[in-house]
Amino acid sequence: MTEKLYPLTFTLNGSTITRHVTSRLSLADFLRTEMNLTGTHVGCEHGVCGACTIRVEGRLSRSCLMFAIQVEGMTVETVEGLNASGELHSLQEAFHELNALQCGFCTPGILITAAQLLQETPLPSRKQIRDYLSGNYCRCTGYHAIVDAVEQASQKQAERR
Amino acid sequence: MKAPIFDYIKANSLSEVFDLMEKWGEDARIIAGGQSLVPAMNFRLTTPSLLIDINGIEELKGITHSQSTLNIGALTRHYELGTSEEVTKHAPLLSKAVPHIAHEAIRSRGTFGGSLVHADPSAEIPACAMVLDGRFQLQSRQGCRSVSARDFFKGLFETAMEPGEILVSADFDVNEDGYQSALCELERRQGDYATIGVAARAKTDSGNLFDLRLVYFALEDKPILANHAAAILEGSRGDEAAIAAAKTELTKDLNPIGDLHTSANTKLHLAKVLLERVVKNLLKHAKGTDD
Ligand SMILES: Cc1cc2nc3c(=O)[nH]c(=O)nc-3n(C[C@H](O)[C@H](O)[C@H](O)COP(=O)(O)OP(=O)(O)OC[C@H]3O[C@@H](n4cnc5c(N)ncnc54)[C@H](O)[C@@H]3O)c2cc1C
Ligand code: FES
Ligand code: FES
Repeated sequence: MTEKLYPLTFTLNGSTITRHVTSRLSLADFLRTEMNLTGTHVGCEHGVCGACTIRVEGRLSRSCLMFAIQVEGMTVETVEGLNASGELHSLQEAFHELNALQCGFCTPGILITAAQLLQETPLPSRKQIRDYLSGNYCRCTGYHAIVDAVEQASQKQAERR
Repeated sequence: MKAPIFDYIKANSLSEVFDLMEKWGEDARIIAGGQSLVPAMNFRLTTPSLLIDINGIEELKGITHSQSTLNIGALTRHYELGTSEEVTKHAPLLSKAVPHIAHEAIRSRGTFGGSLVHADPSAEIPACAMVLDGRFQLQSRQGCRSVSARDFFKGLFETAMEPGEILVSADFDVNEDGYQSALCELERRQGDYATIGVAARAKTDSGNLFDLRLVYFALEDKPILANHAAAILEGSRGDEAAIAAAKTELTKDLNPIGDLHTSANTKLHLAKVLLERVVKNLLKHAKGTDD
């Protein structure tokens, strides 16, 4: 049986994308397989682990819990887009310096979530950082280094401003 | 896992939704935020043949209020509920619930109406809607009916909704002066579904509790009103003796169901712990200190 294809046009990391997709293709799989944007990781496929977190219309979303077809006409940003725009610069520096990643599987989701936090709350407390990142699992680091890195990045960004 | 094959239609109006529901019957499912439906589809626990996307329907959006009533549209996202000044002012219990619902990436898509219709016994919004005596507007091709929160939740993922109906919005009486509300829950991690929780509201301006309403969640197959315990506390100042008596009385109200992590006995114990916390929280606010 050939599956029905639906037209899809949306903005991805600043460029207009037009494709045909099946209805059941998740946004995460679309980004990885059709767009080769493999920074968006797929862990649990039910919204729990946070590895697939991206931005849709300027807000965080789980790309495993959206079908690609649903972003028709919307603006989507992935970790690659944030990297290119320089938004991740301070965070990347701090994650590197403070060893806030090991295997790196969770890292894109954590970076994009942290970037959103710093956009909303430029100088968050450690509790705010922990609460905001509570939806992102990391099986390696034990989280302390991640909180340290987000805190350091927030301070560096504040100094630069 | 991946979702099975389905057809997808983004509806532009309620009448289009009714047409599709009539034509497809039980094979059609509405998708709002998708934050409960899509996980279930990815696990193939549910396999609809048609998804009707309601995210473009304007009539389901927005928060409005009149002199006496706050109306919350079904498509209000959790984050919108949490940041709405009108909700903070007129139904503060709902604002207090939002930080406990999942995580930012889920709150940005999950909807108020979806949470009510999904009727997860561990969810915060259904319990709060019971405390606040919400009235839900259900519309179908045949017309609109209003069902009170108390009659709406029937059991595990089960509600009073009939086939062909859609939840349009919910009405709440605006918060009266002198009333305080509070929500306490125990969760393994910030944002996880509750291990157990309680939502409450009372008139507390005199320092005594009046018109107290307590609703427990994550305890049985639906939110549970604890009327016996509330009756014991009525008129009291939440002192030790009153709380102890109310804790004993709780056994008449609650019949907890144990789960993978927490036995029924532990849940009952925790229900008592939360009773004390929530009463103190209500009265703490009454004395003018905010948490
Ligand atoms: C990791 C994770 C953690 C979560 N933690 C919590 C939590 O702690 N507390 C909590 O309360 N929730 C939690 N949720 C669930 C979340 O709040 C959902 O958003 C909510 O339960 C369903 O809303 P939705 O808009 O996403 O509904 P959908 O998933 O789109 O739909 C759910 C059901 O409701 C039906 N439906 C939706 N809207 C309507 C309508 N207007 N009329 C008729 N039928 C309708 C759909 O057909 C479907 O059957 C969590 C979800 C995830 C993925
Ligand atoms: S893959 Fe989306 S949250 Fe885990
Ligand atoms: S670095 Fe391995 S999961 Fe976080």
